[in-house]
Amino acid sequence: MSQNLTPPSLESILAPASSASLIPEPANAIADFTQETLALAKRLFIQLQRRPSTLIAGIIQPFMWLVLFGALFYNAPQGLFGNDLNYAQFLAPGIIVFTAFSGALNAGLPIMFDREFGFLNRLLVAPLSTRYSIVAASTIYIVTLTLMQTAVIILASALLGAGLPSVAGLLLITLIVFLIVLGVTALSLGLAFALPGHIELIAVIFVTNLPLLFASTALAPLSFMAKWLQVVASLNPLTYAIDPIRYLYFNDVWSLGSVVLDAPWFSLNFVGILLILLGFDILVLLSIQPLLRRRFA
Amino acid sequence: MTAAIVIEHLEKSYGSTLALRDISFTVQAGEIFGLLGPNGSGKTTTIRCLCTLAKADKGRIEVGGISAIAQPKAVRKKLGYVAQEVALDKVLTGRELLQLQSDLYHLPKSYAKTRIVQLLELLDLTEYADQKTGTYSGGIRKRLDLAAGLLHQPEVLVLDEPTVGLDIESRVIVWDFLRNLRSAGTTILITSHYLEEIDALADNLAIIDRGKVIAQGSPSQLKDRVGGDRVTLRIREFSPPEETITAATLLRSLPFVEQIIVNPNQGNSLNLVVKAQSNPLSKIEQSLTEAGLPVFSLAQSRPSLDDVYLAATGQTLIDAELAAAGSRDLKFEKKQAMK
Repeated sequence: MSQNLTPPSLESILAPASSASLIPEPANAIADFTQETLALAKRLFIQLQRRPSTLIAGIIQPFMWLVLFGALFYNAPQGLFGNDLNYAQFLAPGIIVFTAFSGALNAGLPIMFDREFGFLNRLLVAPLSTRYSIVAASTIYIVTLTLMQTAVIILASALLGAGLPSVAGLLLITLIVFLIVLGVTALSLGLAFALPGHIELIAVIFVTNLPLLFASTALAPLSFMAKWLQVVASLNPLTYAIDPIRYLYFNDVWSLGSVVLDAPWFSLNFVGILLILLGFDILVLLSIQPLLRRRFA
Repeated sequence: MTAAIVIEHLEKSYGSTLALRDISFTVQAGEIFGLLGPNGSGKTTTIRCLCTLAKADKGRIEVGGISAIAQPKAVRKKLGYVAQEVALDKVLTGRELLQLQSDLYHLPKSYAKTRIVQLLELLDLTEYADQKTGTYSGGIRKRLDLAAGLLHQPEVLVLDEPTVGLDIESRVIVWDFLRNLRSAGTTILITSHYLEEIDALADNLAIIDRGKVIAQGSPSQLKDRVGGDRVTLRIREFSPPEETITAATLLRSLPFVEQIIVNPNQGNSLNLVVKAQSNPLSKIEQSLTEAGLPVFSLAQSRPSLDDVYLAATGQTLIDAELAAAGSRDLKFEKKQAMK
């Protein structure tokens, strides 16, 4: 290794920008946001590509849910879940949304580890146009991952006799998955900035994940539940994602005005539900702003 | 000369622990400025406040005339930060990491591409560029982090303990590189608890002790200000206290002795400040022998930065280091830094 690393001709490389002025003027805030978001997302995809176990487990797990829950209720009386529906048809939407939700809920973990290993400092000392680019990058990553999982769940359910939604239905499912992932990812990243360490984050994920599954309409319709659980389930964002997808599975004919959620004291059509999911996202994104801006101690 | 960094009366506490009591110093544009102090003295906390990672309780921080507290984003553009512990994503290659970093600083793609090649070349990293960073040795990691910190051609490069844990060869490479960087016009702020490092590199320095700046100036100014020559005396390898006190009383009566500090951390050695060019060693030895005291070791030297530290705090940097290591709760500090 040479001792003198800098031949005089290379001095310009070392000069600060003000004197060398090699860097062109910055473009604009949107271009900056796009650039940093794509770069951060690219990192997540490189990680996934070089460590594919997340993807493999992510495909196997919902598949097992489908098979196991399906078998669990295999001998349930005919017509229990609606007119002439089988449980596979009932279950698929629940598993799709639950998979999306779990993936998004875990989105904060890599950020928390980055924080603990000091890698996050690299992001925090950089002049990011906004730290929402961290949220955007994670959302792109989780949505992509979830859509791959969703495709597998839809195909597996079709094999189990659930049938296939129409193309328009599939697009609507994609939109709903995107909306639930965005809100929950943002929430999880907010926690990654707020909580002291990964132990606490895992604890929160642990006490949130399965209870929210059981307190939603993923595994059973509202009418099966105790009154108090009906109240909880009809406030649970998961329910707002599950019921419209289920409607798409149950009905070949639908319009945006179809009533898809029928809680004891209100009912909502597709438009209403999409607005509520969007409202949930906006609420979460706004509420994590102070956390993202936070300077650690 | 214009000021690249101005820090005034910085204060910060973590809970009930006062990390910074009163930090003030000015770094001139184009110089290497050293922050010298034992571990736990507040160097890293100061740097974290400067780099907008941590929030100071009180005080002023300006980089190129812009307040790091009011306009953190503008300051982030001006700073390059090389942390003490290099954090790389072990799954990424060196080149991928630099690409990521260049996008975080919004460098245009074509510019970033050339710049990455140049910096890899300059830091002798080309052969490792396409290997995963998880395979890198400490020296390579540090050089990659240096390259990352310099991608956007910052006006000021901030390095926190840049050579801790590096072998001597890597250390010399980093030193040479920093000198070249200064020649090219970049302002450099470096923290260290290595005296030689600051002495070798810094044009000016501030010595920090327990969250306070206790001396500031150029290395030669600080040494001159302490004045005199240094004599280190050990009566025995581990001298009993009574004997040490007897010797100290005896030596204090010698006309050329200006000051005596007993250092209990080093076997009760005596650190004497003597008038320059008084040829003191033989006279000291003579008066000790006459009083029937032995001499284990006796040495004279020009004042070092350690003497500057010693004069201000009553202990040497190494002692402070050892004392701090014993009383420090590293787990607690890590937790605080994470918050």
